Amino acid sequence: MVSKKVGNQTVVFQNPPIVLSGYNVVGPKEGEGPLKGSFDKVLADTYDGEKSWEKTEAKMLETAMREVVNKANVPLVSVDYILAGDLLNQIISSSFAARQIGLPFIGLYGACSTMALSTALGAVLIDGGFASKVICSASSHHDTAERQFRLPTEQGNQRAMYAQWTVTGAGSLLLGNSGAGPKVTSATFGRVIDYGETDTNNMGAAMAPAIADTIINHFSDLNRQPDYYDLIATGDLGSIGLQLVLEILNKSGTKTGINFTDCGVMIFSPKQDTHAGGSGCGCSAVVLTGHILKKIISGELKKILLIGSGSLHSSTSSLQGESIPAIGHAVSIEA
Amino acid sequence: MKEIRELYNKRGEKMNQSNLRPPTINLTPKEYKEITQRISPKPKVLKNVIMAFLVGGLICSFGQILINFYMNYTGLSKIAAQMAGTASLILLGALLTGLGVYDKIVKIGGAGGIVPVTGFANSMVSPALEYKREGYVFGVGGKLFTVAGPILVYGIVTSIIVGISYSIINWF
Amino acid sequence: MFYNILPAFIVGGLICVIGQLLMDLTKANITPAHVLVIFVTSGVILGGLGLYEPLVRIGGAGATVPLSGFGNTLAQGAIAGAQEKGFLGAFSGGIEAGAVGIAAAVLFGYLTAVVFNPKG
Repeated sequence: MVSKKVGNQTVVFQNPPIVLSGYNVVGPKEGEGPLKGSFDKVLADTYDGEKSWEKTEAKMLETAMREVVNKANVPLVSVDYILAGDLLNQIISSSFAARQIGLPFIGLYGACSTMALSTALGAVLIDGGFASKVICSASSHHDTAERQFRLPTEQGNQRAMYAQWTVTGAGSLLLGNSGAGPKVTSATFGRVIDYGETDTNNMGAAMAPAIADTIINHFSDLNRQPDYYDLIATGDLGSIGLQLVLEILNKSGTKTGINFTDCGVMIFSPKQDTHAGGSGCGCSAVVLTGHILKKIISGELKKILLIGSGSLHSSTSSLQGESIPAIGHAVSIEA
Repeated sequence: MKEIRELYNKRGEKMNQSNLRPPTINLTPKEYKEITQRISPKPKVLKNVIMAFLVGGLICSFGQILINFYMNYTGLSKIAAQMAGTASLILLGALLTGLGVYDKIVKIGGAGGIVPVTGFANSMVSPALEYKREGYVFGVGGKLFTVAGPILVYGIVTSIIVGISYSIINWF
Repeated sequence: MFYNILPAFIVGGLICVIGQLLMDLTKANITPAHVLVIFVTSGVILGGLGLYEPLVRIGGAGATVPLSGFGNTLAQGAIAGAQEKGFLGAFSGGIEAGAVGIAAAVLFGYLTAVVFNPKG
């Protein structure tokens, strides 16, 4: 049997899984941002009628999982697995959403890289012949993440100028082994890399080395140049992290160009006062399933690379003074 | 990439060095730290200081107005009026936190909103509100002291040390 | 009744500026809780050394409203307790002097938390 693994870290799919549909739900702040036209559902407020933000997040994710299947016009029972993850302890949003749906569930934790991770693993399952349809999802909620990782939402505090704003949103892709649509062509699984950043407000700086490492390995494994892609979007490094990645890549001899961007930079406008842009699993999830997927379908983009970026600390590890390990997973989607 | 290996080794991780494929990026952690510090924007200290002065000053002046009021119109002694003024400010800080306004004051005023006793009230109420869903005992009752607890611990411990030192000095 | 408002504004504002510099010029992981703990502890120490009272005389509420003023109250209480009752007074004096503030914070904090919900 021919190995599908290429180089050190990359897999190339022989029967590339097809993106049958994408669906996303976002919060009100994201719904006012530059990408507002690309979202399927915008919540009127951050609670959406629920008693806690944790419930709201699970409900958003459940909606994204159900609607992505409806949108593709296939029965829910024909789906083999749900692959999903989020930021909360024990990934409760994903498990609670999957509880409502009743399909086999594979819970993932990749912090903000989760959307790229779930898409990559979903594609592996399908190309390997272990599934015919898979839901790949991720979610985050600004207020649940603030509570867990930072301070209570009502506590007065001045956020650092380089801090990012966790996106409220959930996104799903439905991957299948047959049908029409863009294809997931390859995936590069990242390594955990830690360059010693300890400031949990500066996530972009913590994640940039891991993302740069994955990007360099992706191109060297596949023997490609960055201009192969129309768009190279990092998960959610924010404006500081994006600058850092470009600088690292330039210093490491990888040519960067205008096709490099970042989901966290795209989702908010500077006027929205989020400082360095968006973050959270939901950020790359809603930008991929909304803006990017729509542009691929409309033909504006032909080949894209998404590098989900996750910082793998917990509130305990950062209180104990540990530095922040990070990871980047890349998936390429081609029309 | 010797420095990277040292970084990992310093963490006490048992890594088989011959198997470790070092990060492909061409930077040492030290160089990276320099780039990070250059790129990460600094706080606007001058603007923040002016805003802290104004907001903090306003809150304290308002406290002074309250104290004057209690002294002149309710006949409280100066000490009692100060206590009543502090209690009123705590009530105000708690209410503004409940209404979702106080975090916006601090966003503008920084330490001007944190350091006055209204900020102390904010730091008590906000975790209690946030964790209310976890019940009235652990959620509200417990979390009321997430920030107030350390403040009371350090305040009371140092005050006892001050009192005891005073007694010892007077002994001789 | 307004003669003492300007001093309160200036002294209170300056104390807050110290807090702002503490936040902006030290490492980024400093939270409001750290700032408050530093202020209350310094208030107790300055109060114990007799250095905070002059500030209260000049600034009035400008010195008592910041949390360092609460620290000073604790210190003055502990000293007064030690004078009257010796060692036992050193233990009880601080809390007695701070009792109104602590009780008000607990009561109002509890009531607000019960009545309101976080807005986000």
